[in-house]
This record gives sequence, C-alpha cells and structure tokens, in this order.
Amino acid sequence: MTDDLDHLKSLMDAATPAPDSARRANNLDRARKSFARAQGSRVGARPTVKRGPVARLTEGAIFMLNSLTSRGVLTATTALGAIALVLIVPQMQTGPLRVTDQIESRVVEPAPIPQPLPQAEEKFADAIAAAPQALSKRAEGANSEPTVRLGWDNVAEVARIAPAAPDVVVASTPNTEAFANADSNPLKVTAEDPVSTFSIDVDTASYAIVRSSLLNGQMPPKDAVRVEEMVNYFPYAYPAPDGEAPFRPTITVSPTPWNAGTQLVHIGIQGALPQIAERPPLNLVFLIDSSGSMQDANKLPLLKQSFRLLLSELGPEDQVSIVTYAGNTGQVLEPTRATERSKILAALDKLEAGGGTAGQAGLQQAYQVAGEIASDGEVTRVVLATDGDFNVGLSDPEALKDFIARKRDSGTYLSVLGFGRGNLDDATMQALAQNGNGQAAYIDTLGEARKVLVDQLTGALFPIANDVKIQVEFNPAQIAEYRLIGYETRALRRQDFDNDAIDAGDIGAGHSVTAIYEVTPVGSDAIRNGPLRYGASQVVADTDEEIGYFKLRYKQPGSDRSQLIENPIRFDQGVLTDDVAFSHAIAGYAQALRGGEYLGNWSYPQAIDMATAARGDDPFGYRAEAIMLMRLAQSLAD
Amino acid sequence: MRMETSDEDLARAAAKGDADAFASLLRRHYDRIFRLCFRLTGRADQAEDLTQDICAALPLKVQAFQARAKFTTWLYRVVVNAAEDARRRATSHSRVAAGWGDVEQMRRAEATEAAEAVDWLQRAMRSLPQDLQETLALTLEEEMTHAQAAEVLGVSEGTVSWRMSDIRKRLRAMRQEELDQ
Repeated sequence: MTDDLDHLKSLMDAATPAPDSARRANNLDRARKSFARAQGSRVGARPTVKRGPVARLTEGAIFMLNSLTSRGVLTATTALGAIALVLIVPQMQTGPLRVTDQIESRVVEPAPIPQPLPQAEEKFADAIAAAPQALSKRAEGANSEPTVRLGWDNVAEVARIAPAAPDVVVASTPNTEAFANADSNPLKVTAEDPVSTFSIDVDTASYAIVRSSLLNGQMPPKDAVRVEEMVNYFPYAYPAPDGEAPFRPTITVSPTPWNAGTQLVHIGIQGALPQIAERPPLNLVFLIDSSGSMQDANKLPLLKQSFRLLLSELGPEDQVSIVTYAGNTGQVLEPTRATERSKILAALDKLEAGGGTAGQAGLQQAYQVAGEIASDGEVTRVVLATDGDFNVGLSDPEALKDFIARKRDSGTYLSVLGFGRGNLDDATMQALAQNGNGQAAYIDTLGEARKVLVDQLTGALFPIANDVKIQVEFNPAQIAEYRLIGYETRALRRQDFDNDAIDAGDIGAGHSVTAIYEVTPVGSDAIRNGPLRYGASQVVADTDEEIGYFKLRYKQPGSDRSQLIENPIRFDQGVLTDDVAFSHAIAGYAQALRGGEYLGNWSYPQAIDMATAARGDDPFGYRAEAIMLMRLAQSLAD
Repeated sequence: MRMETSDEDLARAAAKGDADAFASLLRRHYDRIFRLCFRLTGRADQAEDLTQDICAALPLKVQAFQARAKFTTWLYRVVVNAAEDARRRATSHSRVAAGWGDVEQMRRAEATEAAEAVDWLQRAMRSLPQDLQETLALTLEEEMTHAQAAEVLGVSEGTVSWRMSDIRKRLRAMRQEELDQ
C-alpha cells in the first residue's frame, strides 16, 4: 500500500490542468507592458540604464545592496507606480456597467488581516487595484461568472481544450534527450539531380515535443523540429479517394509565401476511412516501461489515464494484454476482452515504477503474447510506452531493430508512445516505430493522449497501406532548383523506390500525409546556384508544360507487391484551399524554428497571419493551439 | 546567458527596472504559479483568474523584492496571499463558495473512473481545514522542503512537519472510512 500522501500527490499532479496557453501568452504580455509603465512612473527616481544585460544585472545587485536599508523609499516608489496606474482606470469604463461595480468593490476592498511577514506589508488587494490589466479581463469575463461548476469537473474539459501541459523538468537534472534529425534538405539543381525520393512519415512526436518546450518558456532544440511531423500533426480534409484505391494524392502548385521567386508544390495524400463498425478486431499488447524514471506525474500516471481513455473506445471483440519491463519483466494482465474493464483497470493500478530498464527482454515477451492471441483477420499491435530508457536492453540497437522488423513481417506491428521529457530518447523511439511499421507519438498531456489514442484510434492502429514511397522527378526545362521541405530523416535512394524489399512508412485509416517542395522556375531571379561552365545543355523531351512528375508506390496490407500511382505536375495546378494554406504556414513556422535558412525576412508574424486566415473549421482546436504556440515562439525569439 | 542567471539575480535586476529580467523571470515561473494556484483553489478557472491577478500585480510587487529570501519563497508567499485575498473577497460577496471549500456541488452523472479519482482528491482536499490545505498545496510543489514551506507561510518548520503528519493521519482515516463502508 503506498502512502496516502503519495497517492494524493499523483492524483493532484494528474488533475492539475495545463495553464491556458492563450491566457498565458496574454498575461505575460500584459505583465511586461505594465512593468514598463511601472518603470515610467518612477523614471526620475532611478538612473537610466543603457548598458548591456550582463552589466545591468551586476548593477542591479549593487543597487539592491545599497537600497536594502531604505524600505521607506521602496514603498514610496511603489506608491508612485500605484497612483500612475490608477489614473488609467477611468479610460476603461467603456465596458459593461457591471465592470464599474467590480472596480469599486476591489478598490474599496478592505484588507483587514495584518500580514505576518515584513516582506508582505504591501496588501495584495491594493496591488490589484492599481493594475488595470486585472480589471480589463473582468470586463470580458463579467457576463460569464459565476460558474457553478467545481473545478474538478472541468479538468477533463480543460485538458481537451488546451491539450498541453507544462513539463516538470527540473533544471538541474542532466538532460539526456537525444533527437533524430539531419541537416535541412539542401537546394538541389534540377539539371544535376532531378529525382527526389522519400518515405512518407505519419509520426507527430516532434510537434508535441516542440509544444512542450515552448510552453516551458524555451525555444525547442533545432533538431527536435522535424518539419514534416509538424505539418502532419494536423488533420487535413484533402479530397477523399473514391472506388477501391486506399488513398488519393492531390497536388497543388502555388506561389511561395516566403519567396516571391519560387513556387510550392504541395502533395496532399488522403487515406480512405473505413467504417469503424466494420473494423477488424484489435489485439493490443501494451508493453509498459515501469522503470524508476517513469514515476513522474507526466509519465506512468499519465499513461494510466491515457489507457482509460483508450479502453472506452474498444469493443467486445478487442483484446488487451499488459506486459511490463523494469528490473523484472512480467505479464501483468493476460489477454483480456476489452469489456472486462474492472479487471484491466485493476491490473493498471497495480503498475508501479521502480527498477532498471531492460527493453529487449520485455519486448520479446510482448511479441510472444501478441503471437499467442493473433489470429486471421485481426489486427495485432504491440504498443510500447516508455520515456525512452533502453539503457540495459539495447546493447545492440541493430539487433533490436532487426528483431522488430522480423516481427513486422510476421504481421505484428509496433507503435511507440513517448512520455516525459529530460530523458526522452527520441532517436530510438523513431527508429523502433519506423522498423515496426508503427507511429511514434509523444504524449505530454491527456489531451494529446486523446488525440493519438481516441480521435485517431482508427488511423494509428489500422494500416490501410504499407511501404508508401514518393518519388518526384522535376523537369529541368521548367524548374531550375528544388528542395524538399522536411523528411530529412526519411530520404530514400533513387533506386529504392522501385525495390519492394525496401521498407517505408505506412498510412493508417483516415490519415492524411503532406509533402511540400519549394521549386524555383527557370528564369526566376531566386535561383541560388549559377550555371555551370561545363554543364551539359540537356535536350528535354517535349513535355514543356510539365514541371515534374509525381510517382507513389504502396502495398496493400499483407501484400508483397507494390502498386503505382502517377501524376504529372503543372504550374497553377490545384486550388489553394485553407488546408493547403495552413500546411504552408506550419511548414514556414517549423522552418523558422529550425533557423529559417530559406525564409528571408519571412518569420513568425507572417506565419501567424497566414495560419489565422487559413484556420478553417478546426473542430478539435488543434490549429488554434498551434497559432498560440506560434505567438509564444515569436515572443521567445524576440 | 539569461537562462542560467539565477532567479534572485533576475529578481534584483527586475526590482531595479530591468524589463527583460522581469519578463524572463515571469516566463520561467508562470506554470509554477498556475499549478500552485490550482492546488490552492481546486478549480481551473479560478486558478487562471488568480494567475492573471498575480501577473498583473507582480510588476509592482517585484520592486519590493529583497535579497533576504529565495525568490521562489517570496513568490510562493505572493501566491498564497493572493489566494487568501481572493477567497476573502469571494466569501465577503457571499458568492458561490470557492474551490475546495465548495461542498454544494453535485457530481456529474457521466463520471468516469478518472473522475472518481478526481472526486476522491476533491473530498480529501475539502476535508482538510484551511491551514492544512495551504500547507499541503505548498509542499506538493517539487523540491519544496518543510523549511521553505514554513518560511512561505510564516510559521516554524516544526509546525509544517506537524501539519503534514496531521494530514497523513486524516487521509488514512478517510481511506479507512471508505474501506469500512
């Protein structure tokens, strides 16, 4: 029996919602402005500081030491600030009358209780009365109060609306995160290298990692930003396939927002969405990392909550089993029908973190369980939940990848859910999910768990096409230079495209996948590479109006032979829908986070405007959240 | 590098009028402030409002920051006092009683297991008197020592330890009661 207090702590941590990111940005902004105003009111009383930040810090320390004795002076300057701010208040009385009441009630509010500590002499209520920012919000919210709901009832909702939680990363903990990324794809000269080949990528982990960094008040590490994952995080409603085809590509060519001299070739691939009622039974084997590092509130407790969400989506045909790996590996729950909720939940509650990590042994047992319950016509998947700690089992990463790849070929797939920060081995997560035909997702909040496990359950767990590869050949007569935006970690060799033995990414039911090229037409003044002195002047076939040729290969699940879809690409092809424009905005924003090498003067403000204009329906609020994060990135980058 | 500057240095610079120092200080601690507000009030909406009030008040308050205390100790005291002020305001206006103290609320019909866990938490927090609630809300902060909590609350370290054991006792009793039913 754990300590009741620990129990309460983990409940409290799990129940604590994320601060609303919009209000966070707003509050920080207002506080900054009000700080500036507060300074203005005492400008005569302090020497103007015009030196660099480091010098200012030391100066500040000396100033503080000198002024420690003069509490009266400090009180006086504070009072000056208060008076200056109070004078601003009347200008705001254009709001509803109700606001006036509130202002009065606050200003008149007596603060009768003497503060016990010398530093708290200043009454808090006074400070609030002096700060108009607090009141202006009341004006907006005046009509909606009082809410007669308990905070706790709102918790789930809060998590859904603002799917983002602050990480509890203690600054002093050594950061052992490892991210998989490569240098941004270079600009290619069409005449030298006309063919671009890559595997699709439906992972979304990068977006959640970026989000958690930004909400933590830090710019994300550049390598944590994978542009294609940022773009693919969002659901897009590209035209759905008709007939037998599992998906349909839509190509749109439009001017580049950040460069007047280039065009964007946007390839949107929409997967078919089979009826959920008709989906095959699911066998899920959860392989849960219960090592000591998983005990943080944003790891195992969050995982347990996520699991409950998932459970409510499963039907009577579906089976669940749980295997843990820690110091000792064990089957915590034998394969159980998803309808036996209480049995599953009881097993979950018994999970506790502690011990070292040995990824491989646990993985073998999980696959063994999966093999036992798998049968024809069912989908079997191992879902690995970890904070990325494989430091005991992964003595040979290649062997582990091979093992997973072999199991993939026998029909059991692997998905990886990452939890927590600070220890996250993003690179290993990516490698395992790619080899296991699965999706790697990073779960930082209950909201994200809902997105990955519930809203997109069908897509994440039911592949409709395997080994999806894209190859685009550009026409040197039309296109001088091109570059693929993102997909750095997914590049394939040209000959791999037609080789069915080469593994590539998979598309789940209802998934959409986006790839964007930036192309520089021949004759544009945006061309960066000068002509070669000895370059061969090529004779191009009579396909002048085509700027490129798009080819896509995929396999039906269970099939060894690939099928081919091909399409020519022309200027002005397609329609610039909100979906396309939004994905452009995200691609631009993600590149800005990576340093914005090709963006010129275009940056966050433009991305924000564009994304806002193209937000569209946004039923889950993902895009609204993204815009919030862009604003945050903008203020952090300043 | 700003990120490595200590809280106290930033706070001193902010007290002197350095806007950048103030902004990064607030950015650094915003989520912590919010979480403590939540634990003190038990309601997300109240925590948001309270956080906003604190953000609005800090530009002035920080001018009075003195190097005597750790910055976080000073900050937590600001938060605890703000929560107390808000509570007093709410009761003096005889509005709907606030947060953890609100016993009138009905559970939602569609409560899930997660909601049940939350419900337990709510009952546990509600069952504690105000001073224990405050003490618990503070000590649940990562790396918060009893000594620091004591400094924030203006009581002795022994008092905090005594309150914590009292809280443990009450939780145990509550659980026992549940088992007996």
